[in-house]
Amino acid sequence: MQTYDLSTGSLRELNATLHAQNETTNQTAWEIMNPRGAHAIACGLDSPIEVTVRGSTGYYSAGMNQQATVNIKGSAGPGVAENMMSGKVIIDGDASQYAGATGHGGLLVVKGNASSRCGISMKGINIVVHGSIGHMSAFMAQSGNMVVCGDAGEALGDSCYEARLFVRGSVKSLGADCEEKEMRPEHLEILQTLLTEGECDAKPEEFKRYGSARTLYNFNIDNAY
Amino acid sequence: MCGIVGLFLKDKSMEAQLGAMLTDMLITMTDRGPDSAGIAIYSKESKSIGKLTVQSDTPDVDFRKLKDDLKKHITGDIEIRVQSTHAVLELPVDQLTIARAALKEIRPSVRVMSSGDSLEIYKEVGLPKDVASRFSISQMSGSHGIGHTRMATESAVTTMGAHPFNTGSDQCLVHNGSLSNHNSLRRKLRRDGVHIETENDTEVGAAYLTWKMQNGSTLGEALESSLKDLDGFFTFVVGTKDGFGVVRDPIACKPAVMAETDQYVAFGSEYRALVNLPGIEDARVWEPEPATVYFWKH
Repeated sequence: MQTYDLSTGSLRELNATLHAQNETTNQTAWEIMNPRGAHAIACGLDSPIEVTVRGSTGYYSAGMNQQATVNIKGSAGPGVAENMMSGKVIIDGDASQYAGATGHGGLLVVKGNASSRCGISMKGINIVVHGSIGHMSAFMAQSGNMVVCGDAGEALGDSCYEARLFVRGSVKSLGADCEEKEMRPEHLEILQTLLTEGECDAKPEEFKRYGSARTLYNFNIDNAY
Repeated sequence: MCGIVGLFLKDKSMEAQLGAMLTDMLITMTDRGPDSAGIAIYSKESKSIGKLTVQSDTPDVDFRKLKDDLKKHITGDIEIRVQSTHAVLELPVDQLTIARAALKEIRPSVRVMSSGDSLEIYKEVGLPKDVASRFSISQMSGSHGIGHTRMATESAVTTMGAHPFNTGSDQCLVHNGSLSNHNSLRRKLRRDGVHIETENDTEVGAAYLTWKMQNGSTLGEALESSLKDLDGFFTFVVGTKDGFGVVRDPIACKPAVMAETDQYVAFGSEYRALVNLPGIEDARVWEPEPATVYFWKH
């Protein structure tokens, strides 16, 4: 285990050190001490390493992640795991706004609550939230899956395309062109896999599925070029 | 951008450290607002004494003999404490309005930063650390306080454009965001006789709250109606004589983090601002909900 203390070392040096790891590195486990809400911790990683952050982080932690597993042992500020490509980001506490925004792949797990705009413009990322999510979540979601064990705030899935949104609790309101969908066996299967990966013991049968009603402008063939 | 910090003490034994804790929080928010900074601090020394905090660009000229000149216009004693470009005038509560009117006459270039029983507002252009040290904020004690670091978007970088804004007696407002209907609202408020000094959007927000309260709203009701009447982005933190409140617009894209322990309630634009507070590791830390008014009172 490699330990890096942000109370004595610099953030830039930490990220450069993590970026220098490649697929054959034997320094596969990293521990970051005293994050104290700093921005961009463990951002832009691209190797199969495991990073544990001992505390809460500020803006954009674990952004643009590829391959790495980042576990934040506190809460995360705005834009955590933004534009993730692959790998896994686990937040033990809460996540602030736009967690997992624009993510193309990988898995984001929030063990507490996520606030507004969770998974906004998601493009293939999987997101599992043990608690609830705030308003405008999955806005313009394009693909991927979002699993919410608690409740969803206002305007869930507004203008979404093909993402699957699974919510166990209540949905305050659905956004434009978002509707409840039939839960078919293949969805229960996807849901079970995500719940297991996301370390959540909820039952797939307790969830409802939401997605695009496909009636907005871009879904009408007459509007195509 | 802009940064906001706020600290409301439940534990009286911490009051001597209020200024020091707020200064540390304020400086942490420097990169959210390096243009100017300000702090509102509440401390009550005596029931019958009120405070006017005033500012001058030429304090050597304006504050010299100010005590004696002002004494001619009011009844009772005046104490003056000069802190750099600011001075706190302590005088009988019932003389505050008279003194304020007299100031306009005898010192037209002096600007009133705040008026009330316990509120003092200090604000200037410059880096938060320089502003804090110029006024020796870290030496100040009090029951609660609010600070702001400004990155100007809507109006010029001036002392009067800096936050906090004094809204009514012992009330102040700081703002992170930008209001988009401030020009039309300013015209409306001015037509109703509300005095608005600058082209700053937040001053309109502050004047709006004052106007609502003058027309019978409580602060809580004024904040509730601000959600309807103000268009734009805002996280507001307001201070009153015995408490402080928080409200965010319904979109809530301007960040806010709160922490509460048995000893205090703290507000920060970011968690970074809170990390040096005692017992923060075990505090309840959460993000205030959009379009929801929060309030703490002594």
